[in-house]
Amino acid sequence: MSSREEMPKVNAGSMADIAFLLLIFFLVTTSIETDVGLNRMLAKESKTPPLPINQRNILPILINDEDKLMVNGEIIPINELKEMAIAFLDNGGVAVNNANYCNYCQGKRDEFSSDNPQKAIISLMSSRETSYGVYVTVQNELVAAYTALRNREAQRLYGIDFTAMEEDYSSESTSFESKAILKQRIKQIQALYPLQLSEAERKQNQ
Amino acid sequence: MSKFAKKKDGELPAVSTASLPDIVFMLLFFFMTVTVMKDSSLKVENNLPNADQIKKLEKKDRVIYIYVGKPTPEFAGKFGTEPKIQLNDKFAGPSEVGDYILMERAKKSQDLQNVLTTSLKVDKNANMGLISDIKQELREVNALKVNYTTVNGDAFSNLQ
Repeated sequence: MSSREEMPKVNAGSMADIAFLLLIFFLVTTSIETDVGLNRMLAKESKTPPLPINQRNILPILINDEDKLMVNGEIIPINELKEMAIAFLDNGGVAVNNANYCNYCQGKRDEFSSDNPQKAIISLMSSRETSYGVYVTVQNELVAAYTALRNREAQRLYGIDFTAMEEDYSSESTSFESKAILKQRIKQIQALYPLQLSEAERKQNQ
Repeated sequence: MSKFAKKKDGELPAVSTASLPDIVFMLLFFFMTVTVMKDSSLKVENNLPNADQIKKLEKKDRVIYIYVGKPTPEFAGKFGTEPKIQLNDKFAGPSEVGDYILMERAKKSQDLQNVLTTSLKVDKNANMGLISDIKQELREVNALKVNYTTVNGDAFSNLQ
């Protein structure tokens, strides 16, 4: 009698094997990495022709079919692009007594280059045969130029890198109050060097 | 006396493996929560370019993917070797991008429809003509937020 009342135990030894099988299945069919990339806002479709902009406030960058780069009328290697972009954005060419004077710019203050960072526009034109890899490299270098300038200003005003501020802002552990302060500071730095990048396809007849 | 004598006899007791399934299940649940299923199989070559000034593309439910690249060898016979656009699981021309975006946007919930990002996963050997066409289509349907999806790495390695 007593032996019948006892339930036979199910062997749980193979449980581990089953769980391993499931684990390996999920490892194979899923991917852990989140995508990264360069965020960009495209220009809105507009029927009205754009307002005329002073030539000195535009830095024209052309990439041709052979992936050669021409900035401001001269052909340069791609690794000089960042320096050129920084020099252009940070120029601050307006005279001291002008209302648009840029008091934080550290550039050459050349009156034939950009007035101030708010007015400076980088115009990126590629042709149809330009390879995408080169295009991304150029975009990357331009973002790097903006980031370098923003980091410099953030260091000067708050003693911290702009990229570090952005990281703190998106981190979960930052408190609500400090996020509000960070947001305001980030906006301020972005206003000092607004990212103004126009991307257009090069017309055939140009 | 007998206390000490007892310990010396016999072999080591076997380590209990009863908790092994629990450990493995824990791992399993960890992977189930942190990973996502691969959704569409790629029919185009997709060597993403490198960049180092990158931002994370979080919240997968707010992203629409567009793949561009040469058709993979098994499709090359049918579709040629020129870079093509892949939307969901099929090849498409540039003119179909706008409709695709509108369709995908309609599938998302109302509150997400205005915050969608378009992720352009483009092979680094593709040419900009096709990308320009896509960008023009995106502008026409007012999908202005774009992410040029890249791999974290040295940007100058794209130049070879």
